[in-house]
Amino acid sequence: MDMEFSAEDIAFRDEVRAFIADNHPDMSAKKELGEEMSKEDFLSWHRILHAKGWVAPAWPKEYGGTGWTATQRYIWSEETARADCIRLMPFGLSMVGPVIYAFGTPEQKAHFLPRILSGEDWWCQGYSEPGSGSDLASLRTTAVRDGDDYIVNGQKTWTTMAQHADWGFFLVRTDKDAKQQEGISFLLIDMKSPGVTVRPIITLGGEHEVNEVWLENVRVPVSNRVYEENKGWTCAKFLLAHERTGIAGVASSKRGIERIKDIAKSEQDGDKPLISNAFFKRKIAELQIDLTALEFTELRSLAGEAAGKGPGPESSLLKIKGSEIQQRITELALEAVGHYGAPYFRGFGEGDNEHPIGPDYAHRAAPTYFNTRKTTIYGGSNEIQRNIIAKMVLGL
Amino acid sequence: MDFTYTETQDMIRDTLSRFLADSYGFDARQKMINSETGRDPGIWSALATELGMLSAPFAEEHGGLGGGHVENALIMEEMGKVMAIEPYLQTVVIGGGALKAVGGAQADAIIPSIIGGETTIAFAYAEPQGRYDLANVRTTAKADGAGYVLNGHKGVVYCAPWATHLLVTARTGGGHRERNGVELFLIDANLPGIVRRDYPTVDGNRASEIYFENVAIPGDALLLGGIDLIEHIVDNATVAVCAEATGVMAKLHEGTLDYAKQRQQFGQPIARFQVLQHRMVDMFMEVEQAKSMTLYATLHLDKPASERMAAVSQAKAKVSRGANFVGQNAIQTHGGIGITQELAIGHYFKRATMIENQFGSADYHYERFERIVIDEAN
Repeated sequence: MDMEFSAEDIAFRDEVRAFIADNHPDMSAKKELGEEMSKEDFLSWHRILHAKGWVAPAWPKEYGGTGWTATQRYIWSEETARADCIRLMPFGLSMVGPVIYAFGTPEQKAHFLPRILSGEDWWCQGYSEPGSGSDLASLRTTAVRDGDDYIVNGQKTWTTMAQHADWGFFLVRTDKDAKQQEGISFLLIDMKSPGVTVRPIITLGGEHEVNEVWLENVRVPVSNRVYEENKGWTCAKFLLAHERTGIAGVASSKRGIERIKDIAKSEQDGDKPLISNAFFKRKIAELQIDLTALEFTELRSLAGEAAGKGPGPESSLLKIKGSEIQQRITELALEAVGHYGAPYFRGFGEGDNEHPIGPDYAHRAAPTYFNTRKTTIYGGSNEIQRNIIAKMVLGL
Repeated sequence: MDFTYTETQDMIRDTLSRFLADSYGFDARQKMINSETGRDPGIWSALATELGMLSAPFAEEHGGLGGGHVENALIMEEMGKVMAIEPYLQTVVIGGGALKAVGGAQADAIIPSIIGGETTIAFAYAEPQGRYDLANVRTTAKADGAGYVLNGHKGVVYCAPWATHLLVTARTGGGHRERNGVELFLIDANLPGIVRRDYPTVDGNRASEIYFENVAIPGDALLLGGIDLIEHIVDNATVAVCAEATGVMAKLHEGTLDYAKQRQQFGQPIARFQVLQHRMVDMFMEVEQAKSMTLYATLHLDKPASERMAAVSQAKAKVSRGANFVGQNAIQTHGGIGITQELAIGHYFKRATMIENQFGSADYHYERFERIVIDEAN
């Protein structure tokens, strides 16, 4: 029982640090102004990591994973957060990828996995529907067999980054008469198929992040179904457990707290920096301590995984605490910037070269706070996560 | 990085938990704490001689198992699960920890008798005016020939009525609240001039107010190391009560689940109500986080002082709040029966409540953390 890094671990950390320093695209100008990342920005880092073979540390080695130890994966997430690296889109790498290598046919694995790793396909997730949020299993999008195809009809919503997507993984109803969860199948749908329409939804911060996806008589080959017909819920549950562990977001929250400290050193409160205000300081301390508790809970859970216990329902704890901390960070950042949380920053249009109002660190404080309300809602709301723990862990 | 227990550590836990399950049932504990002396000394001797449990954190050269902080933590967690009133914290973690830190002839002389169960130690550090400030010491140790003379008043010294030795903080120089001049002494508990007023504590233990009236102590009673040593052993002790708290909190949570599953209201078990389910999930999350923080701090106890103190304060702040939350909600979920003496749950609540402020409240530790991690970094 110890938390020391071995000489190999330290060598690995140095290697990772040097690799990031030498290869990470320079995003400083965009970051300074608080501009949003484009699809190309996201993919630039993805492609660099793919070329190095480091894009999917969590995957089994045979499918393109790195074969790193749990400690090395921990170091990797620490180092990428420390350097504020561009985040990788989770829909292929953390969501559909693991479903395909766990449940897919050899053909599906051979076709899709390399394209997820290379970034060739951008994925989106077709789960929620207007009438099916927390009660996901009530979904009504249908897939009816017609020869070697399914004909898919319905509407999905909150589909993140669907505007860029080449492919989507969808939960659809293939048996209307079965019990809710037993009539669902997991389909991979080419987003360029005739009948697929993507419409933007603009969220509180002004971002176009999520979309509505309409499916009208979309033909999907049966060979694009993952796992058995009517067993899609099994894939969905597997994916949710995976999604919940990654969702703790410890390393990036550490970075978020450091950012708040930097803001609070710049902002004045009377004749002292804001960071000397006892009340503000206590909020930082509480956040930092809660984050340590989350970090060590995640490490304990990873140690359990290494000992052969898969990510279980207790990973709901990581989702609940991780998302609450992410929200508190954005709330505290907004509090820290004071008056300059208010000016609305539209981003830069063509030929727009006037510097935005207020200090650079203030531009995205409010939009980020508004946007981050999503974290306790998505991926199974925190109330649903409590239901899961109550049922699966506490036996209630 | 490795979070697995060794075979020896697993064995210590198994042996101890079996022994405590047999000897520390709720009724047996009630009988002990209501007896004249407030304990059953047979249990301490069995822990020493039959189980060899008191040797766990000591070096092999002293007859120990060669363990350390991890062993102390898992033993304290098991003690917490049965609300043991044994002086393990005071004798082994604090007294033994101080002797391990100073080493030499003093360690050679006393550690074997701790392991054997003959020596029990109480830690006399708190003073009525001092709150949690370890340098706020008015008790004096005035040099007198080769020895010292002690004068002063120490408050709420847990386990003192049972102690053969007292570990005392006293001032050899420096002004009131100055860090310089505060020293640590290990003395015989029955020296002339030591006056004790014994009483029961609300959480089932025994404690004393201790008055030193011109108590002559030998020079070799001084454990050299000053305030730095005292802070170190108090940090060890703080993590040990965090570990005890994880045992207490786990039992509070478990007892609440059991009760909610069998208590019927409105024609069904109250565990069916979502408002209670979510509360029990929130309790579960506090228990898990307390375990995580205890592990975190345990693994930082041998780090440089500022790193160690920051880690310990993080753990204690979180555990204090968690113990408060889990304790209060355990009682609330039990309803009326929770505020009687009848069920174990209320007794766990009392211990959890005392742990909240033992070795510093949440506020004290938030402030210490802020001083080290935020103020000093600026």
